[in-house]
Amino acid sequence: MNETIDPEVRGSWTFAIRRYLLQALPPEHLLPERQPAFVRSWTYVLGAITLASLVWVVISGAVCAFFGPQWWHVSPQGRFFNSLHFWSTQVFFVFMVLHLWAQFFGAGWRDGRALTWITGVLLFVLSIGTAFTGYLSQENFDSQWIGVNAKDAMNAVGIGAFFNVLNFGQMYGLHVLLLPAGLLLFVAVHILLVRMRGVVRPLSEETR
Amino acid sequence: MSAARDQETYYAGVRMVPYDLIKELALALLGTAILTLVLAAVLSSPDVPPATIQGWAQADPIGFEGTAVQELQGQSTSAQYGPPYNHGTGSVQSFGFIQPQEWAGVHLPVDPARDFVLQPLQTASAGNPQLASALARYRVASPSQRSSWLGAYAHALDKATVRDGQVVVPPGAYGPVAEMLGSLLTIARSGGLDGQLRSSTRFYQTDFTRPLLFLGDGDYFAGLAEKQHLLSSQWGVMNETGSYPGQTWLWLYTMWYQIPPYNSSSSADLLVILTMGVLTVALALVPFIPGLRDIPRWIPVHRLIWRGPSR
Repeated sequence: MNETIDPEVRGSWTFAIRRYLLQALPPEHLLPERQPAFVRSWTYVLGAITLASLVWVVISGAVCAFFGPQWWHVSPQGRFFNSLHFWSTQVFFVFMVLHLWAQFFGAGWRDGRALTWITGVLLFVLSIGTAFTGYLSQENFDSQWIGVNAKDAMNAVGIGAFFNVLNFGQMYGLHVLLLPAGLLLFVAVHILLVRMRGVVRPLSEETR
Repeated sequence: MSAARDQETYYAGVRMVPYDLIKELALALLGTAILTLVLAAVLSSPDVPPATIQGWAQADPIGFEGTAVQELQGQSTSAQYGPPYNHGTGSVQSFGFIQPQEWAGVHLPVDPARDFVLQPLQTASAGNPQLASALARYRVASPSQRSSWLGAYAHALDKATVRDGQVVVPPGAYGPVAEMLGSLLTIARSGGLDGQLRSSTRFYQTDFTRPLLFLGDGDYFAGLAEKQHLLSSQWGVMNETGSYPGQTWLWLYTMWYQIPPYNSSSSADLLVILTMGVLTVALALVPFIPGLRDIPRWIPVHRLIWRGPSR
């Protein structure tokens, strides 16, 4: 097929990237309608539930962000959406940790999937940071107490002045924009890696 | 080799079966929506109102004045803290040659005596000649004279009583200190000190460093936390108010604070973070660490995951 392509087009960056993406991420791998039989196990649902919970975390958080940080303290509707944000976060963490343990005991990093595992661990750490800044952004006693105690840990490692947990504005900005943006970016990378390489074969069937 | 051919090779001999990923995700969305809605509707979420300096001054006027005296004496936690607030050494942590707190230096300067006590009094002294006179007398006094007044007043607070919200101490050589602290308490009880410590030269502000440091210096704040089981010794780093689950994912981080040598170290925070840093890197690099990566083979949990042959 390449013989018919104009040499000038073949040398273009756009063409090179499209060719790479089509090879690395063919549509049938992005959304396959068939999977290996061993995927019919309850553990494979954990990642999907984690992703689904994250969708509700983002949607409920977006509603809270739209109405502003004071809203949920003074409005029953705001309180309800904050509760949705709170509990979807709890559900998200429960299933993320189960997903992590399932992948650990299935040695999900095998056969060229180390980067998938590393991005998963990075997502876990980013999620903890995002939730932590969320707790600091609540504007209640929990925020105060967590901030006053956490400052000592941040100061001890020398970042307290640049990541000031007593500065509500900084924590809120990190919580509603920068950390979720990083989180969603790495979720996308993590899922693409899973789809590019496919799920790992069962540990009991490994050949090496 | 393309990804398509890679996967074909990898799954050679494996039985492929129909699998609806989108349906799975849709059902997961529905299930988590129902679960979250039920939890939110039934259990709501925690929202204990924030502590205020006003509440502190009203609930514990003697403790409030005692903390203010410590700020003036330079003996409070904040006054002796160290970087990033000042050049003290009271809360500086290190581990051998690892001293990141010192290396980072002072970048959020806080002078508790000036910021928490003297400046708010200076602002309040406009139109209050008695307070202005007391402040002037304090400012021109020698350090040893100030120290003598403050020491006498701190000692007197042990025998103080509260009458109509004001602290009453036995007569003594307190100089202008009794007048100053009485005024500070009055400002605090009205809520004025909350506003003054929050304010800056800008109209809008979102930084609560100063009022939270001042609150943290007193026993009142920690007392509220203890009632909510939030102290470090109560696994407080992961707990939250009420009976809500809190940040349970921090259980390992919190655990270190409960056991030796961390729980007796003055550099516990640094040690815990260094430990968790090493463990986190190890978790990320499990695929490359012999022994760790073999645990799944030694503990065959995978037999619960994959029950039957895939061929």
